Amino acid sequence: MTESPKLQVQQASIRNWRIWLNTLGPVLGLLLVYGLFAVIAPASFRSGRNLEMIARQTTIVGVAALGMTLVIISGGIDLSVGSVVALSTIVIAWLLERAGSGPLLAVLGGVAAAALFGALSGVLITRLKVVPFIVTLGMMLVVRGAAKGIGQEQKIDVDPVRLKWLEELLASVPRDRWWMLVPPGVWIMLLLAVAAAVLLRYTRLGRHIFAIGSNEQTARLCGVAVERVKLLVYTLCAGAAGLAGVMQFSRLTVGDPTVAVGLELDVIAAVVIGGGSFSGGEGTILGTMVGALIMTVIASGCTQMGLPNWVQEIITGAIIITAVALDRLRHRHGL
Amino acid sequence: MAAGELESPNTQRYLLSMQSICRRFGATVALHDVSITVAPGRVLALVGENGAGKSTLMKVLSGAIRADSGRMRLDGRVYKPANPLDARRAGVAMIYQELSLAPHLTVQENIMLGMEPSRFGVVRWNEVQRRSVQALAEFENPELTPQAKVSDLSVGSQQLVEIARALAIGCKVLVLDEPTSSLTQQDVERLFQIIGRLKDQGKAIVYISHFIEEVQRIADYVTILRDGKVVGGGNVNALTTGQIIAQMVGRKVEQLYPRSARRPGDVVLDVEKLAGRDKPEAAGIQLRRGEVFGIAGLVGAGRTEFLRCIFGLEPVKSGKIRLGVYTGPASPLRRWSQGAGMLSEDRQREGLVFSLSIADNVTLSKLKGFGPFGFVLPGRQDKAALRWLEQLAIRCEGPRQPVASLSGGNQQKVALARLLQHDVDVLLLDEPTRGIDVAAKASIYRLIDKLATGSPEQGQAPKAILMVSSYLPELLGVCDRVAVMCRGRLGVAHNVNDVDEHTLMLEATGQGVPA
Repeated sequence: MTESPKLQVQQASIRNWRIWLNTLGPVLGLLLVYGLFAVIAPASFRSGRNLEMIARQTTIVGVAALGMTLVIISGGIDLSVGSVVALSTIVIAWLLERAGSGPLLAVLGGVAAAALFGALSGVLITRLKVVPFIVTLGMMLVVRGAAKGIGQEQKIDVDPVRLKWLEELLASVPRDRWWMLVPPGVWIMLLLAVAAAVLLRYTRLGRHIFAIGSNEQTARLCGVAVERVKLLVYTLCAGAAGLAGVMQFSRLTVGDPTVAVGLELDVIAAVVIGGGSFSGGEGTILGTMVGALIMTVIASGCTQMGLPNWVQEIITGAIIITAVALDRLRHRHGL
Repeated sequence: MAAGELESPNTQRYLLSMQSICRRFGATVALHDVSITVAPGRVLALVGENGAGKSTLMKVLSGAIRADSGRMRLDGRVYKPANPLDARRAGVAMIYQELSLAPHLTVQENIMLGMEPSRFGVVRWNEVQRRSVQALAEFENPELTPQAKVSDLSVGSQQLVEIARALAIGCKVLVLDEPTSSLTQQDVERLFQIIGRLKDQGKAIVYISHFIEEVQRIADYVTILRDGKVVGGGNVNALTTGQIIAQMVGRKVEQLYPRSARRPGDVVLDVEKLAGRDKPEAAGIQLRRGEVFGIAGLVGAGRTEFLRCIFGLEPVKSGKIRLGVYTGPASPLRRWSQGAGMLSEDRQREGLVFSLSIADNVTLSKLKGFGPFGFVLPGRQDKAALRWLEQLAIRCEGPRQPVASLSGGNQQKVALARLLQHDVDVLLLDEPTRGIDVAAKASIYRLIDKLATGSPEQGQAPKAILMVSSYLPELLGVCDRVAVMCRGRLGVAHNVNDVDEHTLMLEATGQGVPA
């Protein structure tokens, strides 16, 4: 192992370059996809309105994907996210309509119910030692069933008077409040994204999540409370999904136990396009956000061009596979 | 050895011959001019300390790696396996310590795996069964029916399934690598009977073992390896146990072990009759502050498990542990806070998080104190890591470099730095110098000596160090006291001046006076 200092410096610069590529890869992908549509799609695609629309449409998947990023970095997976979103909408509607509570309480209730189920997943994963894929697959059905039970297999419509600010979370920004640029829901997502990025990079919990995902055995040897961290991660993930449910509710203003079926796959796709690895230890919040945006941009571009839905799906699928294949390729050629 | 005879095409005296095999890994010479020969119906034992080159030689034989130079002949013909499959087809079968069976499949499915007789792609089960019964007939073992599921069998019987598989493909040379290390005495006897029958059938057998008594019972010839070279051998009856062991370990102790005057203090770790899930069975020590205590023994004797039980990484079945003022078993998290730290024998799988940086790895056991409210500020982490990079002379680009890209020696220093950063009083070191070069070893020995001695002027109290190693010179050079673990039992502690490699090896192979 006697490497010349010159070689070491050279390797260091290659490594730094790779780290940049790692972070910038998804961003470049986003710019590429956006640029492509900006050229071939009608001018309406480039309008400010459409940009705002893209931001609004990204929010539900984006918020849920924040939590999923934590789970995937820890080396796990959560398939119950879609069901949790539905549960959250139904709990909010129930609290507003049946229990007569205010919007803030309803929102807190929705998120709390979601987090509770996440904690349950976490307990099952750590206590029963069943793999997360199976536990959350089961929880996907359990939570969906619970949501249907609360709504008695019906949607719960909410009287518009009770909604107040809840309605405006994802509504297009009115002209007199142009300075907001995007609706409050989008701002909430951005703030949470910053918070999650700081959590991952600069807190003990964040470093422990990375350590567990990279090498659980080492984490255990070093005295990391592996079970506790995992429990927290699944709770946070479901909490984020609950908040995504708030956004979903704000958009449809109805509690719907059958909404967001299969949403978990979009959420997982966002994380994976953004560089998250199923074997754990890898992933960034920036990447995840970009991943979610790439999918919305494709959807928006295809719609603007009048392309049918099936084309859109094929393109999105191809993008997922390409993103991960590029990632593998990068791994094979060094770090 | 009688090379002239081998070159003659007419003689069929040797079924297998490996001539002048050399193999390097980077700067290390793993095999240097090694030659072995085995005649049909004979057992050749291959002995040597851990790392002597036995496994490398067998990997060359099985086609897993290629020799840099040297020739091999099998059954009179030139033998040059491109890969393990090629070697199997040529008739060389390996039975490793870790069995390679599909546990969910039945015995017959395992025996015929990969060569199922079929017609138009449909497996002919009658034929499968007929051939399995034939292969199993040798063993006369009622547990071994073709339809039994492999996971239901005992380890001993599973091993026989693997031998049956080797017979079913018509192997000529059978290599058994430490076949008895996980067997019961009964299973060992049964295995020996079967080896006897295979000899009668004219198979050539290479038998690798640490247990000299076994070698003397079962082998006809023995070849002794040390540091990648053949250092002795011959007819097994012509050699005494003492002669074999002397040749295995006969190495000069290099002057790389500094030893300052140490003053052992209070007992900080007191373990009594500790038993784990499987190993150890009964192990106790009293470790004092200011001393280095070594545990010798063979791989698989239960030394690692002993440390892991103490540190809470494996369950404790019975026995007493007292660490400082704390009694009873505890989790790793508790152990760290009680002032103990452990260095894992396996850097890649457990010791380090390879994808994380040096700074992250050094500070992982205690991320508190690098910022307010649960925050970890990378700048402060780096500063802590930098201190150890300098003190331990770790060669790297900086504290943010991923551990995976360091050399083995530097990785090990990073793993050790974690214990220093945590400032633990009791250090449990499992194979602290495994797989690292001599220069790095020397600096680790110096570090161990410094820690055990302490430095009052810098306000550093002496530490207590418990260290497991398979490298006897190192234990003798570094430790104050040594005990030997053999088949899950820890012998009495010897003062290091009262023992030598020979007596330790005798005790480790179950020949010494039982404790």
